[in-house]
Amino acid sequence: MARARVIVINEKDNVATALESLRRGAEVAIEIQDNVEKITLVSDVPLGHKFALRDLKKGDAVIKYGEPIGQSLSKIARGEHVHVHNVISKPRLRRSR
Amino acid sequence: MKFQGYRRADGRAGTRNTVLVIPSVGCSQEAARSIAQGLKGVVYLPNIMGCGQMGEDRQTLKRTLTGFGLNPNVAAVLVVGLGCEELAAENIAEAIRQSGKRVEALVIQEIGGTKRTISLGRSIVKEMLDHAAKLRREPIPLRELILGTECGGSDFTSGLSSNPAVGSACDMLLAEGGTVILSETPELIGAEHILARRAKTRTVSRQLLDAVALWEYTALEAGQNIREGNPSPGNIAGGITTLEEKSLGCIYKAGTGPLQEVIAYGSRPSKNGLVFMDTPAHDIEQLTGMAAGGAQIVLFTTGRGTPIGSPIAPVIKITGNRGVYLKMKEHMDIDVSKVLEGKETLTDAGRRIFEEMILVASGKPTKAEKLGQRDFCIFKLNPNI
Repeated sequence: MARARVIVINEKDNVATALESLRRGAEVAIEIQDNVEKITLVSDVPLGHKFALRDLKKGDAVIKYGEPIGQSLSKIARGEHVHVHNVISKPRLRRSR
Repeated sequence: MKFQGYRRADGRAGTRNTVLVIPSVGCSQEAARSIAQGLKGVVYLPNIMGCGQMGEDRQTLKRTLTGFGLNPNVAAVLVVGLGCEELAAENIAEAIRQSGKRVEALVIQEIGGTKRTISLGRSIVKEMLDHAAKLRREPIPLRELILGTECGGSDFTSGLSSNPAVGSACDMLLAEGGTVILSETPELIGAEHILARRAKTRTVSRQLLDAVALWEYTALEAGQNIREGNPSPGNIAGGITTLEEKSLGCIYKAGTGPLQEVIAYGSRPSKNGLVFMDTPAHDIEQLTGMAAGGAQIVLFTTGRGTPIGSPIAPVIKITGNRGVYLKMKEHMDIDVSKVLEGKETLTDAGRRIFEEMILVASGKPTKAEKLGQRDFCIFKLNPNI
């Protein structure tokens, strides 16, 4: 099977971006520095969307570009789709309180 | 590491050896154009401002026109004025002359019309060309480069390939002790607090946050709320989750270094390293500001393809979109689409961009230069009166 195309922008990131539409159950190999990690997707991830590289607790920072792009609204499992349904912009969260 | 450049009298080094004709006001623009016409190595600025400008706009105009003359890519300067404008040709000439360059000024009303001005002007710039042709390139350390960064006509490939790859190239230049300019302030909205954390001092952090807040306020005054409704539904469908993520995709093209200072539009950085210039996101106004600030070269990422170039600084176009690269090949310098095919790492793409940047700094023409793209537009806040 051809390797699924995904990209991790910065080594500090805890999410990767799918470069093709990926189905739940797909196995993805992630190269970070010289390590290759295998991750099984637990949800469908459309092209251009993100999935978690490790388990996140509720309230954890979601890191892309080596920086926090938002905060998780619930537990997010390794291999799970990460998007507007389970992440919120931190300034937006602050204002809504 | 070094590039091959032109050492100037003030100690700075250029990547180009241009003779520049600057109209101090729109009324002398046609004369300036005729003076430069058909002479290889001479360019003129299509400046239509310089009359009836108010307050800060007047300062910006002077800083920008003077900055173009001072840019080390320029060998010698002819300023052409009409005679009744607020910013006299001689004022601009005098400010540029401080650099030790040859600078002349001609005033149409003093000379008695454009015909004589054009014929005088052409003999002056021809002499300047002869002198410039005698200058030779020599090895210059990369730490003397001021690199402008820009993105325009972005698409989903920009934040995932071309911007991070250019960011990697910028980190390579920063490691050499060079200078990288990040700009387009409105594009920081939503991630300004994240970039502010990279500021060297509290003052720099405050200046950055203030600059963003002022743009946001200016947009609100005009009835535009940039923060709400962003990321757009189209962005979200494409996988962008938050505004931080969208804005970081733009910021990331300037690398990951600490932020040394925040400078005004068209100002020269006073420090090496990553600096932020407060400019609009308008592509040509932004590019003009960075060239006025002394950028000798620019890396420009695009997803959809764009032709623009600067009259004095080579602009290298980088795209991560293979289809656009092929379709817009006459405008595109570097294709990094293999990153999204998983066939090239961001670091390898960054290395390729860095190496091309050194070649271009040493004289290799860019696509925009080959096509004679000399876009120029000065940022202004107020109407002319």
